[in-house]
Amino acid sequence: MLITEREKMVEDINTWAEQYGRNRSALMPILQEVQKKYYRISDYAMQEIADLLGIHPVEVYGVVSFYSFLDDKPKGKFIIRLCQTISCDMVGKDRVARQLENDLGVGFGQTTADGIFTLEWANCLGMCDQGPAMLVNDQVFTRLTPAKVNEIIDGCRRALSHYATQRKEVHAL
Amino acid sequence: MANLNEDVSRAPKSMRAQTITGITDTTDIGATVRVEIDGKELKVPIGTTILEAARSIGVRIPTLCYHEDLCIAGVCRICVVEVEGQRTLQASCAYPITSPIKVKTYSSKVRKARRHILDLLLSKHYGECYSCFRNNNCELQSLAKEYGVDQFRFGHPEKPLHEVDASSYSVIRDMNKCILCRRCVRTCIDVQEVGVLEAVGRSDKTKIETFASKPLSEVICINCGQCINRCPTGALRANDPTDDVWAAIDNPAKHVVIQTAPAPRAGIGECFGLEPGRALTFEMNTALRRCGFDKVFDTNFTADLTIIEEGTELILRLYKALVKKDTSIALPQFTSCSPGWIKYIEHFYPEMLKHVSSAKSPQQMFGAVIKTYYAKKNNIDPKDIVTVALMPCSAKKFECNRPEMCDSGFKDIDYGLTTRELAQMISEAGIDLPNLEKSDFDDPFGTATGSGVIFAATGGVMEAAIRTVVELVCGIKVENLFDHADVIPVRGFEGVRYAELPIKQVGPVPDILKHLVPNWDWLKGATLKVGVCHGTANAKKVLDDIKAGGKFSECHFIEFMACPGGCLGGGGQPIPTNPEIRKKRAKAIYGEDAHYEIRKSHENPAVLELYSQFLTDGPCGHLSHKLLHTDYTPRGKYIA
Amino acid sequence: MITSKCSKLTFSEIKTGSGLQAALKNKPAEVISILADSGMKGRGGAGFPTSTKWRFAAAAKGEEKFVVCNADEGEPGTFKDRVLLCDFADLVFEGMTIGAYAIGAKTGIIYLRGEYTYLVNQLESVLAKRRQANLLGNKICGKEGFDFDIQIRMGSGAYVCGEETALIESLEGQRGEPRNRPPFPVDTGFMGRPTIVNNVETLAWVTAILAKGAAWFKSVGTEKSTGLKLFSVSGDCAEPGVYEFPMGITIAQLLKEVKGEGAKAVQVGGASGHCVAAKDFKRALAFEDVATGGSIIIFGPNRDMLHVAKNFMEFFVEESCGQCTPCREGNHKILEGIEKLEAGTCSMAYLDELCKLGETMQLASKCGLGQSSANAFLSIVANFKDEILGRTEKVAV
Repeated sequence: MLITEREKMVEDINTWAEQYGRNRSALMPILQEVQKKYYRISDYAMQEIADLLGIHPVEVYGVVSFYSFLDDKPKGKFIIRLCQTISCDMVGKDRVARQLENDLGVGFGQTTADGIFTLEWANCLGMCDQGPAMLVNDQVFTRLTPAKVNEIIDGCRRALSHYATQRKEVHAL
Repeated sequence: MANLNEDVSRAPKSMRAQTITGITDTTDIGATVRVEIDGKELKVPIGTTILEAARSIGVRIPTLCYHEDLCIAGVCRICVVEVEGQRTLQASCAYPITSPIKVKTYSSKVRKARRHILDLLLSKHYGECYSCFRNNNCELQSLAKEYGVDQFRFGHPEKPLHEVDASSYSVIRDMNKCILCRRCVRTCIDVQEVGVLEAVGRSDKTKIETFASKPLSEVICINCGQCINRCPTGALRANDPTDDVWAAIDNPAKHVVIQTAPAPRAGIGECFGLEPGRALTFEMNTALRRCGFDKVFDTNFTADLTIIEEGTELILRLYKALVKKDTSIALPQFTSCSPGWIKYIEHFYPEMLKHVSSAKSPQQMFGAVIKTYYAKKNNIDPKDIVTVALMPCSAKKFECNRPEMCDSGFKDIDYGLTTRELAQMISEAGIDLPNLEKSDFDDPFGTATGSGVIFAATGGVMEAAIRTVVELVCGIKVENLFDHADVIPVRGFEGVRYAELPIKQVGPVPDILKHLVPNWDWLKGATLKVGVCHGTANAKKVLDDIKAGGKFSECHFIEFMACPGGCLGGGGQPIPTNPEIRKKRAKAIYGEDAHYEIRKSHENPAVLELYSQFLTDGPCGHLSHKLLHTDYTPRGKYIA
Repeated sequence: MITSKCSKLTFSEIKTGSGLQAALKNKPAEVISILADSGMKGRGGAGFPTSTKWRFAAAAKGEEKFVVCNADEGEPGTFKDRVLLCDFADLVFEGMTIGAYAIGAKTGIIYLRGEYTYLVNQLESVLAKRRQANLLGNKICGKEGFDFDIQIRMGSGAYVCGEETALIESLEGQRGEPRNRPPFPVDTGFMGRPTIVNNVETLAWVTAILAKGAAWFKSVGTEKSTGLKLFSVSGDCAEPGVYEFPMGITIAQLLKEVKGEGAKAVQVGGASGHCVAAKDFKRALAFEDVATGGSIIIFGPNRDMLHVAKNFMEFFVEESCGQCTPCREGNHKILEGIEKLEAGTCSMAYLDELCKLGETMQLASKCGLGQSSANAFLSIVANFKDEILGRTEKVAV
């Protein structure tokens, strides 16, 4: 990470700490903000947060590693989480999974080489009556079919290039 | 004062000392409640845990994650018992009794559950007992025996699941043996406030880890080894140099010298099945000679030397600050004997390092003196001298490997041995330590005083310093102020202590200090303020208090010890440890002190001889600065 | 959408603010008494009487108290809370406000699972409207001294945070590891203060009870399980979805309503619940019979029950918090056992041993997750031994 980006992140973390409070109960919201904006919570970020909240970095690390939606390693811009739990399993999540792997060219737990997609399993998404279901970042997609996932992936790519042309830049990953 | 001894544990309330629940009327506090355990009735104060109640009547409930020094975790579940009327079994360590209950501690449900828990732990516990340093001193092994584990019902790992982290000079982590009781985590975060270890990951991937899963040598570990002392298995151990020490002994070209610190002698008996609290000082001397050490010296000698150097430095700081009005002088002065404490302040309060006495620890002073003065006097090439230090400490291993600790021109101390490791060597040599004849230390560094001995207990350095400063400054016998020269106000186990000592009269400046101060008039009527703390969580409180301009910022001298109880509770001492054991060791230490003919450092004839023959420009003089003083590294806590 | 097959859907009949206004006509203790009269038990699954929880918290000493809504709905097969929050968030927030009045709290927190982040904007706008209508904020409904507001806090993907003490840990910025109980949250909860943690549905029913009266609620259901209940129905049926039924409905009746007749088994209560075989479909869905937080997963005649058990155990192996031995290691051992069964290499003796291990997990685990994670496996083994033993090849699903 470049120094300027790091400084920006420190500034952000400070802002969030002011917003949520400089105490341990602000930890989760701050981590969620960092995750959302920077797609991961780096070692540097963890130490910075620990320092602001007066706790040990290893405690932050313990928390980050506990929650499925917080990552210390880099993830893609779009995290696709396919529900693997029973109701979705019974209506064909395996075939949807296979097609996701085929279309993204990576397996579950992996990130595409261009850093755009991360494919993961999720446990029950609460869409059991409309399965198979998956989350793409915060957005939920239901009644998936193998054919449908490709459209969704294309949609993500289009959204990204639209965003890029708007901003005339793609953030360095 | 009381606020500094408050519980600052980060643990949720349910993990701390049990809160009394279900009581709405405060008059109930202090009331008792009836409980029936295995058919025996007793009354206990409300809020007593089932485990405590059971222990009070001799009912043994097995434990693994429970430790007397730590807050309650309730995670291993081995201590479950049946409470009448409850659907599930209850963890007896975490169940405060608030209403009358009936408890069964060994019903078939309970026995079955415990056996399952052991089976499950063993299914993830890699390693053979033979090759484990905790063989015969392992809580998991003992329970497996007690519960008749005769097979691995749910399997047993055939190959290691984790890499062993041997990167540290002091502490080795072998997570293959970890049973996730989290005693190390609670020790590191709550007792020591260091925060190296934490449970990381979730579910069956949970593992005790360092920050970003880095090697221990790369994180902010202070090497205190308190985690080792509280580990129920062999997952944490000290970095053991006994093979190297044996090799040196076996090498006829080497002159192997050992110095023994005061704390190990009060603890080593425990490794041989003795009750805590029996000092084996002189039996140990015999054993060390039998092992083949060429000379057996007493670290107390350099403890006395430390008092002179550190005391002189204090006087100089006070003189410069009070008389010369030098505002650059940092006061209070902090002690520097505890290497865990030194690394702690280097990491966490680097901006306060100027407060730390530049005097080396007794261990390192010894090394520097051996490889210079002693070598010359005895006509031995210092490169052929191997200096071994018997210490109650794992951090001493790191300390002797600090690159700056080579002022003699050689590595001042070659190997640091813990009490446990020496016990191992003694056993290996087939020596029956408790029944050995006694023998004295070797000259010239065998002469010590009671002041050196009490370095082993929290408050000991301060007491030794007070004995000397009072006599040198006030010109009176310390016995006039404190009965038997026992400086009671600085003794005890309270985490943070504070004492004041008014200097009502002053005497003539003794010869040894004459070149430094003209007279003591500037101290007349002053009040010497001192502080004592042990365990780095308490150190943190004191340092924060100083930063905030609190009471301790007005102190002149503060003793810091990294380990709870001081060195006698050090990370190299026999396992187990608990408040009771540490009290007994302290009793042994103070007992030793009382038996010494000379009990004040400045009266140690060997120390005085060293100044007259070798360190001729006196305490804090040029040569002593070169050999006996050091500087520190502001490390900070950021990990790249 | 919630379907009510029995009568008109209750929640759609309740006007915003009506439950709260009814509550404010009573003293706080009386509100709790009304709940006690209704016989209402927690809808999250554990079935603890809501009034008792509130009474403890009201009696607990503490200047600051908290109302927490547990919206960490993660139980496999459960989605009623999501639907409630979509369609009737007002009722849920109103239930929290009534709770705050009853116990004397000023701060409410809704802990929403990270998977439901897409609901946040909508919930914020409901909260904003309630503030505008003086149903939140200072002097609520003009009541002097009654100040209360609600903030949304997000989970980050950990099922165990649905356990109330783990949820509190998470709110405090800790790993979501359940605490020792006692002390209970009503006494020592969020930030060590008295805290009530209630399920989304519970809070919605509280509003309904205050609006329509305890007697109305009590008039449906069974004696020990009063009132109505939402059920999340999924699996092999023609009409999956969220249903409102009276407590005490039999599984057979329910299957008929959702067009799931012919099922060979029903998983009641999600992964941590029990698998009920067809022979027991006459059993009632009630706290005194088959207890449930509302998850109903239907398995048709061709489902491989071992595969079902495996899916559940995989879930627990991932979602156990990992602190206590029985749950951390036990789930893993059972999953390994299922793999042996799949491969056809598990002896009856080892299966028995695993079942005994499952019983130990039920008895000795630290929290509800570990105490119930073996349920599905044990009930599937009990009901379908012939189906799962002696396999020679993978059974097609």
